[in-house]
Amino acid sequence: MKIHEYQAKEVLKSFGVAVPNGRVATTADEARAIAEELGGRAVVKAQVHAGGRGKAGGVKVVANPDEAAEFAAGLLGSNLITAQTGPQGVPVNTVLVEEPVDIAQELYLSVTVDGAAKSPVIIASAAGGMEIEEIAEESPEKITQVHIDPLIGYQPFVGRRVAAALELDAALARPFGALLGGIVNAFQNKDLNLVEINPLVVTGDGSLLAADGKIDTDENSHFRHRDLAELRDADQEDPLERNANDKGVQYVKLDGDVGCMVNGAGLAMATMDVIAQVGHAPANFLDVGGGGTEEQVAEAFKIIVSDPDVKKVLINVFGGILRCDVLANGIVSAYKEVDVNVPIIVRMTGTNAEEGAEILRNSDITVAVAADLNDAATKVAEIN
Amino acid sequence: MSILVGEDTRVLVQGMSGREGTFQTERCIAFGTNVVAGVTPGRGGTTHIDRPMYDSVAEAVEQEGANVSLIFVPAAFATDALLEAAEGGVDLIVCITDGLPTLDMAQVAQYLTKKGVWLIGPNCPGLTSVAEKQKVGIIPGNIHAEGRIGVVSRSGTLTYEAVSQLTALGIGQSTCVGVGGDPIIGMRHRDILELFENDPDTDAVVLIGEIGGTAEQEAADYIKNHMSKPVTGFIAGATAPPGRRMGHAGAIITGKAATAEAKKEALRDAGCYVADSPGQIGITVQRMLAERRISA
Repeated sequence: MKIHEYQAKEVLKSFGVAVPNGRVATTADEARAIAEELGGRAVVKAQVHAGGRGKAGGVKVVANPDEAAEFAAGLLGSNLITAQTGPQGVPVNTVLVEEPVDIAQELYLSVTVDGAAKSPVIIASAAGGMEIEEIAEESPEKITQVHIDPLIGYQPFVGRRVAAALELDAALARPFGALLGGIVNAFQNKDLNLVEINPLVVTGDGSLLAADGKIDTDENSHFRHRDLAELRDADQEDPLERNANDKGVQYVKLDGDVGCMVNGAGLAMATMDVIAQVGHAPANFLDVGGGGTEEQVAEAFKIIVSDPDVKKVLINVFGGILRCDVLANGIVSAYKEVDVNVPIIVRMTGTNAEEGAEILRNSDITVAVAADLNDAATKVAEIN
Repeated sequence: MSILVGEDTRVLVQGMSGREGTFQTERCIAFGTNVVAGVTPGRGGTTHIDRPMYDSVAEAVEQEGANVSLIFVPAAFATDALLEAAEGGVDLIVCITDGLPTLDMAQVAQYLTKKGVWLIGPNCPGLTSVAEKQKVGIIPGNIHAEGRIGVVSRSGTLTYEAVSQLTALGIGQSTCVGVGGDPIIGMRHRDILELFENDPDTDAVVLIGEIGGTAEQEAADYIKNHMSKPVTGFIAGATAPPGRRMGHAGAIITGKAATAEAKKEALRDAGCYVADSPGQIGITVQRMLAERRISA
């Protein structure tokens, strides 16, 4: 789960990582007051769950408190559209007002999980300020990766190794090691998927400061990190996704017009692919889950048909733990509650597929039944 | 012969007395799996679905000679169950449970590697050896036909889809393995390919991957440098947008290498047959077998 920059910085601060002084504001007046406290000059940053804020006009260095207020007023209550958001953008409900940072050098530093090595990995580069993807493409030799044995955790030699790879001044090696230790400990103790500091700034007077901070938490660990779970900002989620999430349905809104409901993530992605193969585009990813109940199926169906972009629906279920009769009953019960005026194509196979087909035949729903995945794709293309 | 399980397999089930554990274990037994015990703390000395129950894995190993553990316990207890299984002395663990914290799995995976215990999963459908009638997991038993094609996949229902397409074309399977959709799992595609390469009862392999991570590139590297048997690949998620998690915790495009196109390219480069549509996995295998003159 993504959290805001200011929240990430709070987490990092609690692990001894230095961040610029500042606070969040939800009104222009608050932004003005914070800038005054900081001595007038400040950086005002929109707090949204999307990267690319700078280029999208969501970050500004302001010269005085009035300018801070003016810039904050323009951002607060608006939607910020960045390269990483959809065309409707994401709402800006808070801004972070911070002291400006005196930058001598910008570094890149992150910790994430490397599935191949089955370990956390530190990724560092002296080419900070750029996206890591860009660095990887333009100058991969400038990227250093060091794995952390999860059974041992952070040790100071790791810090020395990374500092040497970054060619830091000898005087910085020790403080850098302490900072890196704090970041790795935050990653392990808080069960994070990602900590990214870009840039990590070496200031003019030779100290280290996390000028930005991005954290992605592991939702599977939220049962033991209630404090992180509470940081969820539902306003940053697509309204359809938020509703689905709250109902325990795995749903991602996409750009196309063919709604799909599938059991299992792999088959759900494959179903999206098969829709694209016949020249259409999926309106969503949706996995009803292995242990889906009739109620869950009904909710999932309602989520799909409540999307105004959906012009037809493909239901593709390989019955296993989720039986096809349960699926059919879920569809029938949802159908009664919502107004459905788009064609529905159903492909069911596996456990109790015959019973499921019988339930659909005996209902007053009109569905096109597909024999297999290829037939389902053909019907998606043909039926209007 | 088959990979991972065989006639010597003696399965204990952790969490067998739960609803899911009971339902799935009954299906394993019906398929022919040699389930010798169940383990649920506090249920030792009783029986469940005609099998003796033990309080600990160590006791089930000692009393019943169990050497494989199948885990159905809830996510919050699964880390403990995995480590208990390894300490208890089994050689292979199959963990169906999903929702384990990633960093717990990092520790478990490292520990099991050091200990020399094999792990399939977590968040996986398990495996089925068709010829040896050993189903250690939740892959529906009725979709298989006995044969000589190995199947390895990250997902559940997509594996069933692929297997069904093979069976419908009269192409039987040797062993089918679902390695799981989490970022950190035990055995990966590459590891399973190595077992298939060395399995005298497998002639060719179907590899099903998806967006996220680099498991398919590792697999392609192994195929290119070490494999003599032909492979058909399919990668799910060609239409998935970058940066969005597609159900599986590991299914997220974080860079170019994680895209379906990059993975397909790696497989093609390794000489694999690649099915462009999920509806064409079966016929692509059929074509591969015909061109390589392998009888189904």
